[in-house]
Amino acid sequence: MSEVKEASENEILKKIDPAPWKEVPLVLNNRSYKWVTDKICGIVESKTPTWWWWCFITALCIASFTGMGLVYLVSTGVGVWGNNNPVNWGWAIVNFVFWIGIGHAGTLISAVLCLLKQKWRTSINRASEAMTVFAVLCAGIFPLFHVGRVWFAWWLFPIPNANAIWPQFRSPLEWDVFAVSTYATVSILFWYMGMIPDMAVLRDRAKETWRKYFYGFFAMGWRNANNHWRNFEMAYLLLAGLSTPLVLSVHTIVSFDFAVANLPGWHTTIFPPYFVAGAIFSGFGMVLTLLLPVRAVFGLRDLITQKHIDNMCMITLATGSLVGYAYAMEFFIAWYGANSYEGFAFINRAFGNYWWSYWIMVSCNVICPQLFWFKKIRENTPLVWIISIFVNVGMWFERFVIANTTLSRDFLPSSWGYYSPTVVDIFTFFGTFGFFSVLFLLFLRFLPLMPMCEVKSVMPQADPHSDH
Amino acid sequence: MMSDVMDIKYAVAATFSSAKEIYDAAGKVKEKGYTHWECFSPIPVHGLDGQMGYPRSKVPRFTLAGGVTGFLTGMLIVWFMNEFDYPLIVGGKPYFSPIYPFPVFYELTILFAAFGTLFGMFFLNRLPRHNHPVFEHPDFGRTGDDKYMIVIEVEDPQFDEEETSQFLTSLGGQSVQVIREPID
Repeated sequence: MSEVKEASENEILKKIDPAPWKEVPLVLNNRSYKWVTDKICGIVESKTPTWWWWCFITALCIASFTGMGLVYLVSTGVGVWGNNNPVNWGWAIVNFVFWIGIGHAGTLISAVLCLLKQKWRTSINRASEAMTVFAVLCAGIFPLFHVGRVWFAWWLFPIPNANAIWPQFRSPLEWDVFAVSTYATVSILFWYMGMIPDMAVLRDRAKETWRKYFYGFFAMGWRNANNHWRNFEMAYLLLAGLSTPLVLSVHTIVSFDFAVANLPGWHTTIFPPYFVAGAIFSGFGMVLTLLLPVRAVFGLRDLITQKHIDNMCMITLATGSLVGYAYAMEFFIAWYGANSYEGFAFINRAFGNYWWSYWIMVSCNVICPQLFWFKKIRENTPLVWIISIFVNVGMWFERFVIANTTLSRDFLPSSWGYYSPTVVDIFTFFGTFGFFSVLFLLFLRFLPLMPMCEVKSVMPQADPHSDH
Repeated sequence: MMSDVMDIKYAVAATFSSAKEIYDAAGKVKEKGYTHWECFSPIPVHGLDGQMGYPRSKVPRFTLAGGVTGFLTGMLIVWFMNEFDYPLIVGGKPYFSPIYPFPVFYELTILFAAFGTLFGMFFLNRLPRHNHPVFEHPDFGRTGDDKYMIVIEVEDPQFDEEETSQFLTSLGGQSVQVIREPID
């Protein structure tokens, strides 16, 4: 039956002679499988480049600032941060939301784009997932130390303690504990599972004993057997299906930290979708910031092509515009809702004590990405990289604006205050970039930075019905 | 010299150099009626499961079991901790309700389902298993790179070293050779 149908379809196709659909190849220059394997494994197997050591040492030095900040904080008390009354949440929450948001692009690329069958995701998903895992680790530092006595942070988990008191599950901060720890765990599982076949390739190529043991251990005895692939593909698809609602829920719950509070500027229903869009926006900014140098340094232009950069720029443009729409809609609802406190909160955001941060946010998040409408700009890689930095800066300021303008100017003028970070705040935050870079550099050095099996799957050779 | 006792044959292997070749060959091996055999490839070849006659993967069952466990665990801890063991009054809300702790059991459902998926995949693939006779094949490493391989095991009732080797050659298999069990 189906054969008959197929045959008649072929007849029709012959008659109408459709124009060939020209698809831009995902791997340029007709590369062979062997080239892909040698390229990706070569990055890990070759001698450590000198630039890597310089970057690594610099990153370690920067990371030590977080160490210094935290040691001083723990030995003195959380009062060394600039938090005050009324601004009880200063940089800690800003940095937390900033880093957790960055993670979202990794999950979007690995999970949502997988479900949407976006084949171009294959060459960028591994590095983006690594970014997710490391960004979530950076994010975790801030709420962990903000609890004050960090050695009691485990009370947040439902573990019996000496006080016989359990966590309070009605609190959004408790929801955060579950959302963020689940997000970190599932991201690591997904990242690791995708790496198993590549670890097996590295294991089979390994010459040094430590490599054989290291990659052999993590490859778990993977054999490239079709039975393995069959279960692997199903598990991969399921993890993608699980990560999609997860990633949407994580930033939704993070936004509940604000939205559940009865404060003007925070207590709005637009927060969950607006936060998720902003998270994806900032995450793609960071993916571009990381991958453009990686592409140049390792010569991956055939794998991360202009098409990939175009697509990433366009997602940044789309989510940046969504965020801009949300900013506008917040103002509209503040006026339309006719609540004087809400109205004041938004006028104050744009023209009040923190006006400068609001306009940094708008210019970086709304205006800057509009440049991506132009092909010329998307093809200018250094410029794309610079815009991606602006996106990162803008998204940090977004969280700063949300947290600080509202807290510093609440209902009673008698309780108004102004917040400035202390040097300890600055050290701790600055150092997380080093911590993140240390982890990312280790990832580049020891783990396959692209999923070889997935990249090969989208090459023409993978088609069992063609003669490649 | 190896003694005959140590020399245990595991299978006959043939390599192929493209997805199309192994796809066509797999169909013929299946047609011939072999049951103990396997294909090795650097990528999940689209449609090869069908050619080999594999049913749908059973990983989703583990995912479902994990998800249900996570959901019940989430509900149970909230009920036990905030209503049963130490009733907490917060904001005049009920001690237990399926609504307010929604994020808690939602996240736990996903967490346990993800663990179920990963460990289900390991279990169904019988991993970790760090030793396997196919690793003895000198070209096995190439199956992760750009080669494809069909391995027909000695266990197969139809197996006959000579005949099976010839059959694999006739399918276009290259470097047809016997894989032996590893010797300790």
